[in-house]
Amino acid sequence: MTFLQGIAASNGIAIAKAYRLVEPNLSFEKKTVEEITSEVNRFKAAIEKSKAELEAIRDRAHIELGADKAAIFEAHLLVLTDPELNGPIEDKIKSEKVNAETALKETADMFVMMFEQMDNEYMKERAADIRDVTKRVLSHLLGVQLVNPSMIAEEVIIVAEDLTPSDTAQLNRQYVLGFTTDIGGRTSHSAIMARSMEIPAVVGTKTATEEIINGDLVIVDGLKGEVHINPTPELIEEYRNIHQQYEAQKTEWAKLVNEKTVSADDHHVELAANIGTPNDLKGVIENGGEGVGLYRTEFLYMGRDQLPTEEEQFEAYKAVLEGMNGKPVVVRTLDIGGDKELPYLQLPKELNPFLGFRAIRLCLEEQDIFRTQLRALLRASSYGNLKIMFPMIATLDEFREAKAFLEDEKQKLIAADQKVSDSIELGIMVEIPSTAVLADQFAKEVDFFSIGTNDLIQYTMAADRMNQRVSYLYQPYSPSILRLVKMVIDAAHAEGKWAGMCGEMAGDETAIPLLLGLGLDEFSMSATSILKARSQIKKLNKSEMESLANKVLNMQTTAQVIEAVNAATK
Amino acid sequence: MAEKQFKVTADTGIHARPATLLVQTASKFDSEINLEYKGKKVNLKSIMGVMSLGIGQGADISITAEGSDSEEALRSLEELLKKEGLAE
Repeated sequence: MTFLQGIAASNGIAIAKAYRLVEPNLSFEKKTVEEITSEVNRFKAAIEKSKAELEAIRDRAHIELGADKAAIFEAHLLVLTDPELNGPIEDKIKSEKVNAETALKETADMFVMMFEQMDNEYMKERAADIRDVTKRVLSHLLGVQLVNPSMIAEEVIIVAEDLTPSDTAQLNRQYVLGFTTDIGGRTSHSAIMARSMEIPAVVGTKTATEEIINGDLVIVDGLKGEVHINPTPELIEEYRNIHQQYEAQKTEWAKLVNEKTVSADDHHVELAANIGTPNDLKGVIENGGEGVGLYRTEFLYMGRDQLPTEEEQFEAYKAVLEGMNGKPVVVRTLDIGGDKELPYLQLPKELNPFLGFRAIRLCLEEQDIFRTQLRALLRASSYGNLKIMFPMIATLDEFREAKAFLEDEKQKLIAADQKVSDSIELGIMVEIPSTAVLADQFAKEVDFFSIGTNDLIQYTMAADRMNQRVSYLYQPYSPSILRLVKMVIDAAHAEGKWAGMCGEMAGDETAIPLLLGLGLDEFSMSATSILKARSQIKKLNKSEMESLANKVLNMQTTAQVIEAVNAATK
Repeated sequence: MAEKQFKVTADTGIHARPATLLVQTASKFDSEINLEYKGKKVNLKSIMGVMSLGIGQGADISITAEGSDSEEALRSLEELLKKEGLAE
C-alpha cells in the first residue's frame, strides 16, 4: 500500500477502483521495413482492431447516450474504413518501404491539412475526426490503450495529471466517485469542478499518475488531502467510519437548509452558491443557497467546436433564473483566457495569459461574442432576479464601455418589443488591485461589487496560482489582502451599495469570521460549503468579529492573523 | 456501366448524415461506384472523397457504377436519395 499527500480540494471520502485518464504515449520513429507484406498486414490488423473497438463504443454510446452521440462514432467508422485513406497508406508502405506508423501519420496529416483549409466549418470539424481515428489506429499499431472517459460504466476514481474542462464535461457523474490529480491547487479548474459535482478530490499529489495503475483500489480523502493506494482492510474499515461520520455531520447541517443565515447577535448575511451550469441548481437548492452569487457562463462555451448561439444561452440563463425562483442570480459575463482556453477562437498563445487578453478585455474587442451574450441575458431577465457582472475590470472606462454595450442591446430589444426587466443590477468583479484601490470611485457607478479573491490574491501577491513553487504566496489571510477587502466593502457601503465575495475565501472557515467582521453582505461559495458556513455564522457574534477584524488589519503576518482568529473563535 | 443524373434538393446539401448514408449504401456493393460533381470524380465508397466535394443544394450530380452488381447498386442509391429527400 502506498500513500500520497496532496491538497484537499473537495470534501468527502471516496473508495473505488482507479481509472487512469492519461493519454498514452503515441510517439514513434520513422523506420525502413524490408518485409513489406507483413507490414501491410500489421496495418490491416490495426484497422480491424480499431474497427471492433469503435463498433463497441458506438453500440454503448447508442444505448447510454442516444443516437445523436453515437453518430460521431459512425462517422469515425467510415473514416477508418475509407478506401481513399487506406489505399494511399498501403501504397506508401509498399513504395517507400516505411513502417505502418509513418505511412499512416503522413497520409492522415495530408488529409487533415486539406480539410482544415476548407472554408466550411463543417469540413474543418472533419479534420478532428481524421485525427481521432488516426490516434486510435496508431494506438493499436503501438500496442497501447486509448482512454474513453465517456464510456466509463462502473464506479471509479479518476486519476489524471490534470483535468481540463472538456475532460470533466465528458465524465459521467453517476460513476465518478472522486478524483485525484498530479497538479493543481484549491482554485484550479479541477478542484472547482469537483466541488460543483460534490465529489471528493485531492489535487497536487505530484505523482498520482506514476503510482496508480488502472484497477488499483484507491481511497481519496478530500478532508485531509490524502490518497491511499491499495489500502489494508483495516484502513478501508477506518475510512468507512470516517465516511459515515462525515455523512452524519452533513445530516446535522442539513437541518439548517431552510433557515436564514444570521449571526448570534442577529445580523443577516446572504449565503449564495457558485455554479457552472443549470445542472448545478439542484445542489444549490438542496444545500439551502439564498441565491447564486456567481454563475460562470464560460462552461457554455467550453467542450464544443463553436460559439453557443443566443438561443442556447437564453435557454440556459432562463433555466437558472426560473430554477432559483426569484432569488438573486449574479451572472458573470464570459471570462475566457488565462487557464480557460477556447480552441475554436484560435487566439494566439500568450507568454502571460493571466495578465493578457482575457475576460472583459476580450469581450470589448470581440463585440459579436459579447453582444450575443448580453442579448441572451437581457431576454432572460424577465424570468427571475438577474444581476449581471463584468469580470476583470481594471478601469472605470472599461466598465463604462461594457455598460454602454448592454444599454445599446437593451434599447434595441425594447424597440423590437422584447420583454426586458428594468431592475437588473449591474456590478463588477473586483479581482485586480487597481480596482480595489479605486473602489470608492467605482462605487458611484456600479450597483454592487463581488470580490474575486482567487485572482485578487494572485495579482496582489504577483504569484501565479497555477505554479506550485510559489503557492506559499497564496495567502487569503494576509493583512494586505484583508485591507483591500475592507476598502471594497467600505466603498460599497458609503454609496449604499452591497459587496459580496465569490472566491474560495468566502467559504473558508478561517476567513468567514473576518469577513463577517469586515461587513461583507454576500458570501458566494461552493454549494456544498453553504450549510457548514451557516452553522458557523450562527455561532459567531458580529460585533465581536468587528473588533477582531480591526485588530488583524494592523497585524504584520498571515500567521499572526490565523492565530488571532483561532483564539477569538475557540 | 450504369449512370444516372440527380439534382440535390436537401437544403443542407450532401453533408454529414446524407454523406454517411450514401457511403454506407455504396459500400455494400462490389461494383466500382463514383460520384461526379463539377467535373470532379470521387469514389462513392469514400466518406472523405464525398465530403471533399462540398455538394450544396441545387447541385447537379451524377453517379456511375461499373461491375457485376452495377444496376442493383444504382437502384439502391436512387431509392435512398429519394426516400431521404436528398435528390431527385
